[in-house]
Amino acid sequence: MSGWVDHVVIAPIVVPLLAGTVMILFDEQRRALKAGIGMASAVAQVVLAIVLLVLADAADPQMQTAASIYRLGDWPSLFGIVLVLDRLSALMVFLTSVLGVCALLFSLARWHRAGAHFHSLFQFQLMGLNGAFLTGDLFNLFVFFEVMLAASYGLALHGSGLARIRAGLHYIVINLVASLLFLVGVSVIYGIAGTLNMADLAVRMASIAEGDRALLETGIAVLGVAFLIKAGMWPLGFWLVPTYSVASTASAAIISILSKVGVYALLRLWLLLFSDPASPSFGFGSDWLLVGGLLTIVFGSVSIMATQNLARLAGASILVSSGTLLAAIGVGQIEVTGGALFYLSSSVLAIAAIFLLVELVDRGRVLGADVLAVTREAYGEEGLEEEVEVGVAIPATMAILGLSFAACALLLAGLPPLSGFLGKFAMLAPLIRSGGEDVPLDAWLLLGALVASGFATLIATTRTGIDAFWASSPDSVPRVSVIEIAPVGVLLALCLGMTVLAGPVMHYMEATARSLHAPQGYAEDVLTGQPAAEPDGATETDGP
Amino acid sequence: MELVVSIGIGVLTGAGIWLLLRPRTFQVIIGLSLLSYAVNLFIFSTGGLRSGAAPVLEPGTAGSLEQHADPLPQALVLTAIVIGFATTALLLVVLLAARGLTGSDHVDGKEADR
Repeated sequence: MSGWVDHVVIAPIVVPLLAGTVMILFDEQRRALKAGIGMASAVAQVVLAIVLLVLADAADPQMQTAASIYRLGDWPSLFGIVLVLDRLSALMVFLTSVLGVCALLFSLARWHRAGAHFHSLFQFQLMGLNGAFLTGDLFNLFVFFEVMLAASYGLALHGSGLARIRAGLHYIVINLVASLLFLVGVSVIYGIAGTLNMADLAVRMASIAEGDRALLETGIAVLGVAFLIKAGMWPLGFWLVPTYSVASTASAAIISILSKVGVYALLRLWLLLFSDPASPSFGFGSDWLLVGGLLTIVFGSVSIMATQNLARLAGASILVSSGTLLAAIGVGQIEVTGGALFYLSSSVLAIAAIFLLVELVDRGRVLGADVLAVTREAYGEEGLEEEVEVGVAIPATMAILGLSFAACALLLAGLPPLSGFLGKFAMLAPLIRSGGEDVPLDAWLLLGALVASGFATLIATTRTGIDAFWASSPDSVPRVSVIEIAPVGVLLALCLGMTVLAGPVMHYMEATARSLHAPQGYAEDVLTGQPAAEPDGATETDGP
Repeated sequence: MELVVSIGIGVLTGAGIWLLLRPRTFQVIIGLSLLSYAVNLFIFSTGGLRSGAAPVLEPGTAGSLEQHADPLPQALVLTAIVIGFATTALLLVVLLAARGLTGSDHVDGKEADR
């Protein structure tokens, strides 16, 4: 490997860090400059993420191993902090960077003027997310979680106003408690296993003394609760919908991926630690994930049906997608995980798109205009008139908005022909096939929950869509500028791309799932600090 | 030593949780602080408790893990203290904003119906 390729792994953390820091130095009035730096950084991250994706996909033809290990300060992995690039982290960094560009572009129309230091916070948010996805060390994961959360507190409160402060207060307190649980879990793990390196921990799992194993599992379970709070599992996720639905649009779009960070951490750690059939801890807590996921789907579906508000509908669909993913992880089969990853990518993009759409659709209604006016007043932006809106308005607004909304509804409900359906299908097909003649009970439950939640989403989106597009009076056509609708278009186009190129994408997801379910290769690579030149003798572990 | 530390952690945690569940924002923030003290002590204690030991090395002897506590949890606790301090400060600002905007120090922004 040449020199720069080695350092590409840390670039998604360094680039937003530098960009965010530089922007603090400039006065708040120089928004154009800040926007320029922020946009450059966000675009650079997309490019970096694509490079990482290619690296991750190309480096290991045997689909067993981590692609690249970055040792900070060149300390051996046992002592220093490592960043690990594999298919999963590359995928998540890519999704983050896409959301970053889209949300930032959207914010340039008006939202970035609604409060101080928006651009810096936004970059730190991206940095925290990228770091959390790339790190290979539990304590480092905690640090990046905090970076990400601290930035998200700022973004969730961006624009100020009563509703945001009220929801933000709950959001911050709950996440602080989650962070404390995270710390308790981490310290128990360190006390028992003597390591915080995820790969080292995976290796040591097998040799934990019998008397200590229960304590270690308790520690990991406490850690898991912290992740589940982030993922919004019922009954830990009541904070999610109120917070996300009142956050300013661009912020909501980017922090909507935060719940997937919880899912990511669970997927990574759970499969790393508990997927070895030889270990006594094999499959620890899988029932909890499955049942909790199913309950979350039910709760999310009921929330979707119960709400009249588009933003709350988007928030509730995060719950449904979290629940689906948790239940799919809990099943613990390679093919199901592959499908879940496909579903994850599709739902991240679709949920971000619908969060962006919400404001555009609501703008035509009196309610949305009210909120914006109040925000402006609170921040003292008297000069901010409709005329100074950036960008050109698009023609045929209602038609474009309606089409985008319909696409989002199809994606969220998981109906053909878009990628939401493919994701659900990719999860369910292997699940039903796996049992041979008799389909196992958990497969039936998951099937039922997925179909029912899709149905609930369909009813709710149809109802809201009719209300917003058909029942609204013709004189209330909102003014939507190009840079507001373009991000939605990009996100939906990516979903469309995933649908058309489902074969290659699914191939990547399956390779990801296979390497996740065979963590020995990952552990060995991280500990030796070198991606294995050739496939080692890591044994194939099949699901139960 | 172990008993004193564990009772201390337990008392701090209990008081913290009780305060966290109270309706006033100020009580919540004090509860969170107490909880974070408890957690910090807990992390610190995972490195092993020892009194009267040399910080790193005794003069003239080769160091071994028998002689001193594990330094890594101490590094972790430092990080956790800094992060906890920063987030608590942030929460204080939000608390003041909530107090100013809602005119109430109830966590929901309005008094519960009695």
